Amino acid sequence: MFIINCPYCGERDQSEFSCGGEAHIERPKQPTELSDDQWAEYLFMRKNIKGIQFERWNHAHGCRKWFNVVRDTSNDKIHAIYKMGERPPLK
Amino acid sequence: MSKNLRINKNNFIDQTIRISFKFNGQKLFGFKGDTLASALLANNIHLVGRSFKYHRPRGIMTCGSEEPNAIVQIGNDPSSTEPNVRATEVELYEGLEAFSQNCWPSVNFDIGGINNFLSPLLPAGFYYKTFMWPASFWEKYEFFIRHSAGLGKSPTKPDTDLYDHQYAHCDVLIIGGGISGILSAKLAAEKGLNTILIDDKNYLGGSTIYQEDDCFKINNDTSNKWLKKEIDNLKNYPNLLIKNRTSLAAFHGYNYLLARENLTDHLNANERKNKIRQRLWKIRAKKVVIATGSIERPLIFNNNDRPGILLSSSIKKYIDFFGVKSGNEISLFTNNDSAYETAISLNKSGVKVNTIIDIRENSTSLLVKKVQKIGINILWGHTIVNTNGYKRIKSINVQKLSADGESVVGKKIKINCDCLGMSGGWTPMVHLFTQSGGKLKFKDKDYIFIPDMNKSPSSQISVGSCNGNFELDDLITNTIKNIKIFLDLDKTIYDSLNVVCSKETEKRNIWLLPSDKQLSKTKPFLDFQNDSTAKDIKLALREGFKSIEHVKRYTTTGMGTDQGKLSNMHALGIIADTTGTNMGDLGTTTFRPPFTPLTFGSIVGRNVGEFFDHTRKTAIHDWHVENNAKFENVGQWKRAWYFPENNETMFQAVQRESKAARDGAGILDASTLGKIDIQGTDASEFLNRVYTNAWSKLAIGKCRYGLMLNEDGMVYDDGVTTRLGENHYIMTTTTGGAANVLSKLEDYLQTEWPELDVYLTTVTDQYSTISICGPRSKNIVKKIIPDLDLSDANFPHMSFKNSKIDNVNCRVMRISFTGEHSYEINIQSNYAKDVWIKCMEAGKEFNITPYGTETMHLLRAEKGFIITGQDTDGTLTPSDLQMDWIIGKKKYDFIGKRSLYRSDTIREDRKQLVGLLTEDPLEVLEEGAQLVEDINKKPVEMLGHVTSSYFSPNLKKSIALAVVRSGKKMKGKKLIVPMENKNINVTITDTVFYDKENKRLNA
Repeated sequence: MFIINCPYCGERDQSEFSCGGEAHIERPKQPTELSDDQWAEYLFMRKNIKGIQFERWNHAHGCRKWFNVVRDTSNDKIHAIYKMGERPPLK
Repeated sequence: MSKNLRINKNNFIDQTIRISFKFNGQKLFGFKGDTLASALLANNIHLVGRSFKYHRPRGIMTCGSEEPNAIVQIGNDPSSTEPNVRATEVELYEGLEAFSQNCWPSVNFDIGGINNFLSPLLPAGFYYKTFMWPASFWEKYEFFIRHSAGLGKSPTKPDTDLYDHQYAHCDVLIIGGGISGILSAKLAAEKGLNTILIDDKNYLGGSTIYQEDDCFKINNDTSNKWLKKEIDNLKNYPNLLIKNRTSLAAFHGYNYLLARENLTDHLNANERKNKIRQRLWKIRAKKVVIATGSIERPLIFNNNDRPGILLSSSIKKYIDFFGVKSGNEISLFTNNDSAYETAISLNKSGVKVNTIIDIRENSTSLLVKKVQKIGINILWGHTIVNTNGYKRIKSINVQKLSADGESVVGKKIKINCDCLGMSGGWTPMVHLFTQSGGKLKFKDKDYIFIPDMNKSPSSQISVGSCNGNFELDDLITNTIKNIKIFLDLDKTIYDSLNVVCSKETEKRNIWLLPSDKQLSKTKPFLDFQNDSTAKDIKLALREGFKSIEHVKRYTTTGMGTDQGKLSNMHALGIIADTTGTNMGDLGTTTFRPPFTPLTFGSIVGRNVGEFFDHTRKTAIHDWHVENNAKFENVGQWKRAWYFPENNETMFQAVQRESKAARDGAGILDASTLGKIDIQGTDASEFLNRVYTNAWSKLAIGKCRYGLMLNEDGMVYDDGVTTRLGENHYIMTTTTGGAANVLSKLEDYLQTEWPELDVYLTTVTDQYSTISICGPRSKNIVKKIIPDLDLSDANFPHMSFKNSKIDNVNCRVMRISFTGEHSYEINIQSNYAKDVWIKCMEAGKEFNITPYGTETMHLLRAEKGFIITGQDTDGTLTPSDLQMDWIIGKKKYDFIGKRSLYRSDTIREDRKQLVGLLTEDPLEVLEEGAQLVEDINKKPVEMLGHVTSSYFSPNLKKSIALAVVRSGKKMKGKKLIVPMENKNINVTITDTVFYDKENKRLNA
């Protein structure tokens, strides 16, 4: 169980958070103009990387804020944490 | 007690306090400080259990957590008996009762012992190969296998003991209280760090604390005396917390560790009362020092499993620590110097050491010289080719090893002995290091895997013999050097220690020792508990298994309760030798937590019974209890299910409630529905985006039903939302969906639409909801709120009014989930019970009837209203539910809209919601029952299933809702519901069964 440094509350145990999967998958602004394949790409396709992954996390049992985490899924090392809307660190 | 097996002098055992205990019903005595194992040995009992597969007699083999054989059942109370306990870890207490396991009828005469003679027929994989065919016979085989195998008996009644969890945070956690752990703890504490030291024993000092030998000296004291002073001195550090009887179970990432502390297992029944039995520590440490030491290896030779054969270092501990002689005529078999320490200890206590059989050609270390001086016979370059004695070792056969170590030469010598100590070297306990993500490297010189410090998480370190430092001087020097770097220390109190010790000069390792017989005729055991031999490993390799993980599972080597602590290295060694591979390249099997078994009690702690999960009760709950309600769980909520009167069955109560609600008035506690307060200048736009229908034009004071989808177009939740003001709404959700809906809405607001000015607040608990329905509901509300104009013109269906009941503000909505004229009163929760009682009193003259969730479900089913989660299962679109009317086709976008015309969601043969009527109106279908068209066509094609089914007292017939493939087009079609004993004929109908014109809403 790892520790996450919530950008609003500080370091907390992982059990206070929930993971929202891959980050930076923006909801299409004009879904009606997408083909089935394009919509499916947004809706279903996720990378599920072994290694450095950009993820969304929510401090569900805390401030309830969403933010982004750069995590190495192979060893849970967290490389960066930044708020929603902030520029991600260079990939 | 056989007095001659206990020697008199002792620092560790209090021989003034006698303790009585029972083993297999026999009353025996031991002393305070004994373990069950040491007390049994003192009573000359070696035979403790039978092995798993061949039921061979097995005895105590070790003195610690690695014990594979002496596994016992403790106690026979049905709520507290504990199986699979290692006798070597049980501290003796007055009244202890222990039993042998895996033997029937008794450990001395075990019918399963016949398996030993059948063993040529029971090779590795026997069960996999034999009991596969025919597949249908498995159930029969299983009965016999389960009956004859097994490791102890589970308790049959709930555990009555108390367990606890506790969190701890520290700068440094030190795991292991042996000499390297003590040195580390002292250095950390001296630096002022907040330090925790844990050890699984009831004393500190590891094996050094009883190592009284002038071959091992620190600052001119014997190592045990020096260490004793250091330990005594630890209590001077207020920043050092010492936890004995605490074993580390798991080492997770980010230095999160679980340790189990035994608080009362060593106490007698009276002393245990009202105390917490075990505590699970959840430790978050900035830095971790692993000082878990090492475990002595057995040697792998023919019949190396007889009772009376122990690890050499265990014999030493039994004599030096417990004052117990493991035998009167002891032989030792070794490939290293450790056995010589044992020989010296035994000699000092007056125990006869017959012979030391050493596979090495010679050695000139201090220890060996000392033993030679004593005059003990040493057979250099020899091996044991067989042992004799069934329930206790009687003699050994010894022969000289060939130069290459692969065979034996010369004459066989027979040596009598009643106990044999074996030492195959030492295995560092790297379990915790690898659990935490560290990688191992192989050290060829010592045939061991040790932590690779270059591939180790940075905030931990392994010190002492678990890091491969076996010689006392190396161990001390390296521990101090590494801890100084790890804890960033400058000068330390240990910088000028003077250490003298015996150094091992010669090494020889043979994983599988040869016998004079062919391997196939011998039994060299590797995994003593699971009865796997070197032969099994070789068979697995011949059959094509190559990966160590596969060999392990095929032969079950290392899969016992000891998890291969003794056997894994030999298995690897034999695989490496047989396949010509380097052990380092072969790697190890995965070390998984827990290091030693945990009780379920310690895992769950206090989270049992009513504390297992939160229970949510409405403000009106007590009234329901007082009025004989039966409850059902809806998520964490306790909801009134039905209110039986005069011994009514559930069916009778629900029929009565359902009838009364439509004939007069019904009252329901709807407080559990989720309520979300939505405010902000963009609140309308927000609702437009999250619901399928349009919201901007909803007038203030009006209510609207909304359907919420997932982005995949499937129905997610539903409920009525009311516009309280220009920028103010209150949304209701399903009871079970409330938390998830709030999370989903917050997610969209924060991540996709941060530009929207919207604020969400959950008010589920703050407001209670009382729903009054039925033709007389208006009369009742009129009595409670006389000032409110209830005319349809002023207060029509789907609207709301702010009002007051006795000066308390409330919101009254005219909405209906039953199809009846009805009102929902929302009021601050602390007034809810009073208002409920007021409603009951006001409704008395109109036969107001309280009803629960079951009647609510029945009434809404009569109207064809869905319950998300019952009639839907995350695979139905609004169109599948025949609710196309609720999709705002003109809206540019809403969550899930694009998915509603994917190629899959526009298929016409999707499962769709329909109504069902049974041919026999009294026949009530089972929810979940399948629907088929042609029962004779094989395989039978299943078209759908029943989602809701009731007997309607208002229609006087059975009604049901179902999802059926292409159901929309099948109205009037006859289908069959095949049940176990009969086929039920049904007809597909409209989903609305009652009051299709909705006349009753304004009745």
